[in-house]
Amino acid sequence: MMETPGAKLEPDSAKLPGSVSTIAAALPFLVLLLVGVSFPLFGGGYWGVIATRACVYWVLVSGLNLVVGFAGQIAIGWVALLTLGAYTTSVLVAGNVMPAISPYLALAIAAAVGAIFGLIVGLPALRLRTFYFAITTLGFATIVTQVALAWQSVTGGGVGVPGPIFPEPFSSQWGLYYFCFGLAAICTWMTANVAASRFGRALTAIRDAEVAAEASGIAKPALLATVFLFSGAVAAIAGGLFAALQSYITPDAFTLDLSILFFIAILIGGRGSILGPLLGTILLTVLPEFAAPLVAWSTFLYAVLLLVIVLAIPGGIAEILDFKNRRPLESGRAIVPRPELLERLLGTPADAGTLTLEQVALSFGGVQAIDGLDLEIRPGQVHGLIGPNGSGKTTTLNVISGYYAQQRGVVRLNGAALPEFARHRRAHMRIARTFQTPRIVGSASVLQNVMIGGTIDGEGTFIESLLSLPRHRRDEVMLRDTATLALAAVGLERLAPVRADRLQHSELRFTEIARALMLRPAYLLLDEPAAGLSAEEIGRLGALLVAVARIGTGVLLVEHHADLIFDICHHVSVLNLGKMLAAGTPAEIRSHREVVNAYLGG
Amino acid sequence: MVESIVSTGLAIGCIYALIGITYNVMFSASRVFSFTAGTLGMLGGVLGALFIAHIGMPLAVGFLLVLAAGAIFGIVTEIVTVRPVLRSLDQHLYVLSTLALALMVQQFTAIEWGTEARPFPRLLDIARGEFDQQSWLPMLACLAVIVGLELLYRYTLVGRAFLAIAEDTYAARALGLPERGLRLASYALAGVIGALAGFAGGEMLLAFFGNAPLLTFYGFVPVALGGMGNNRGALVAGLLLGLFQQAANFLVGGIFASVAVFTVFILVLLARPEGLAGAAVQRRV
Repeated sequence: MMETPGAKLEPDSAKLPGSVSTIAAALPFLVLLLVGVSFPLFGGGYWGVIATRACVYWVLVSGLNLVVGFAGQIAIGWVALLTLGAYTTSVLVAGNVMPAISPYLALAIAAAVGAIFGLIVGLPALRLRTFYFAITTLGFATIVTQVALAWQSVTGGGVGVPGPIFPEPFSSQWGLYYFCFGLAAICTWMTANVAASRFGRALTAIRDAEVAAEASGIAKPALLATVFLFSGAVAAIAGGLFAALQSYITPDAFTLDLSILFFIAILIGGRGSILGPLLGTILLTVLPEFAAPLVAWSTFLYAVLLLVIVLAIPGGIAEILDFKNRRPLESGRAIVPRPELLERLLGTPADAGTLTLEQVALSFGGVQAIDGLDLEIRPGQVHGLIGPNGSGKTTTLNVISGYYAQQRGVVRLNGAALPEFARHRRAHMRIARTFQTPRIVGSASVLQNVMIGGTIDGEGTFIESLLSLPRHRRDEVMLRDTATLALAAVGLERLAPVRADRLQHSELRFTEIARALMLRPAYLLLDEPAAGLSAEEIGRLGALLVAVARIGTGVLLVEHHADLIFDICHHVSVLNLGKMLAAGTPAEIRSHREVVNAYLGG
Repeated sequence: MVESIVSTGLAIGCIYALIGITYNVMFSASRVFSFTAGTLGMLGGVLGALFIAHIGMPLAVGFLLVLAAGAIFGIVTEIVTVRPVLRSLDQHLYVLSTLALALMVQQFTAIEWGTEARPFPRLLDIARGEFDQQSWLPMLACLAVIVGLELLYRYTLVGRAFLAIAEDTYAARALGLPERGLRLASYALAGVIGALAGFAGGEMLLAFFGNAPLLTFYGFVPVALGGMGNNRGALVAGLLLGLFQQAANFLVGGIFASVAVFTVFILVLLARPEGLAGAAVQRRV
């Protein structure tokens, strides 16, 4: 396997060697592949139809999984895209609107149409709240069916149109099965590639820790748009296959029940997994076939299943199958940062110039959160920002990192004004931050969480990740190595493979710092990093931050622990009621009368 | 012709507005939008037809039983699908749990009642006129609900407690208000309003299981456009929606009317996600 600097840093970790764990992860897929290829040997006629149907459904669900399972967008009306694909393919092959064309070309056109409509249906997700988006997709599904029913000259209305017939060798039942199975296998491979790429991690970050995703430079609109395009395209392809399998389609074939099946297959399978939803799809397709009386009740049962899953096992099948993360973690773990690794991690950052705030003011309603604040943060220094609760410290951080737009004044980096509200652009300017409450993707491993921090340093495109092209693989190796190094630097490398939601609070804080360091930040903004840490851990945190600053990064530290501030800061600013109360060296602040009275206590 | 478009449009609009208010009453008490709002409307129609036309109950008895069934369904919704997931509101699990319950009821109805739309009995024994009961009954129901809610919120202690919960749940709890009980009561009230909407509009919408998703969608449009939790906004937006839909129905045909409604809905929301009458909420980091 690859020899990486990161690997050398794991002396006796309990982690399986990379190759073994990769094979273990791929094993279920290989078994399914084998069963699928040899299925005609033991499956009779009707089971062939069921198996083909499962493949068709999975082609759609695999794409939808990126939307629902990874990005966490509740798209319940995806049957609309199946309908669209089915009709586009059938109508083009039947020649209702223009001369008949080859089924393959029709399928490709359907994919393009599906991609466009996937984007149109998906776009509201960028602006709207969860329930609104769910309702929007539901409305879209209703309307597509109504249009199919009414546009008789093209769709045949209630009478329907014949589905496409693919030419030899795919015209027979098993031929069509292998065609669908092949596409299903390709979809599995492609979505698994995406899931294991920086795009997959970015999607889960949008789902579980949107604020942190933005701070890591992830542009939600562009990423979601890409995923909607992909998901719409494969859904429409599934529609074309569905029409071929049905051999004749009417609007009745596309009930909302199908949408529910797709959606629930993902949730039963578990969010953020490929294998789980795959098993979920097979399960839901096959289940009603075992008991004929159940067919009428199948959607009812799916709904019951959904309720049970949501209330009892939100993690779905994937969580049940996740044996690795049930082993107890060792107790009494200590976080021992290794600041000497920072130089290798951060390199020598180019001088980014000073970060200045000039007369910045912002009020919420009647509350003046910050009121004409001037601040200057220099590279290579630790700058402390202290003050009582409500004095505007976090608001200042939020203005710098673009979560709030100031009403007056300007924030400059090296003389150039930072654009207001462009949160994800801050990462490109190498401004990194951590949060008062750690923002972490709980279901991802610690290593994956840290890798999210390096998202913008990847070079491969989404397509390259889909197809696992060399640049994608290079990105992954680079991100993995850097993240392992970052974890070692903050002292968490032993926890790299552990699910992040199993960590203690202090470990989450250091994980966030590791994620921020992935940006090789010119400026590192920390929001109360010492809160909840033991005295010993605070000492180590201090040493780590001093080492970060020594390499050339400017550190802005919002803190309540006066000892930490006075120990490590080069410069301290004291805020009170949104205004600068005092500024100076720690020694000056410690003896400042007003500060002692207002904040430190005499 | 114009009169018929206006009267039918306003009647449909009143039903949409009532479903919108159903959403709002549940939302105010719990910060949760429930997929069961349209299901309640559907149940009002189906149960009304079942009790009065099939079982042959007197009108008053059937009516009260429908409202009671709505209240019970509202309470079940709160206990089964809302209360367990309120603690993790940010994960939006309520979207899934209420969807699951709505689907269960919808499918159960489809199987036990049938998938065909069945007629709803004429409620009052008066001759069919220009301005028929199937138009003015929904308007009457809507008026009654609006006035009733206004009186409730203004003049009763319970009503003020509802408002307090809606304004600030934590502060209300700190004041010692029984938040749980009030939430349960809100869901029961929402159940009554939703079932009333379906019952009053029964003759127009018919007793049909497929009304559930339609009402869920078209009933949410007034909420989204009028601003969430804003009943007056829901009324105005609901009436406009009904009129627009009927006019488009008559002028360009039903399908394109739906497409037009959907397009307008999306465009308005994209331009103003907080609704036409709502205020933007600052996000906290």
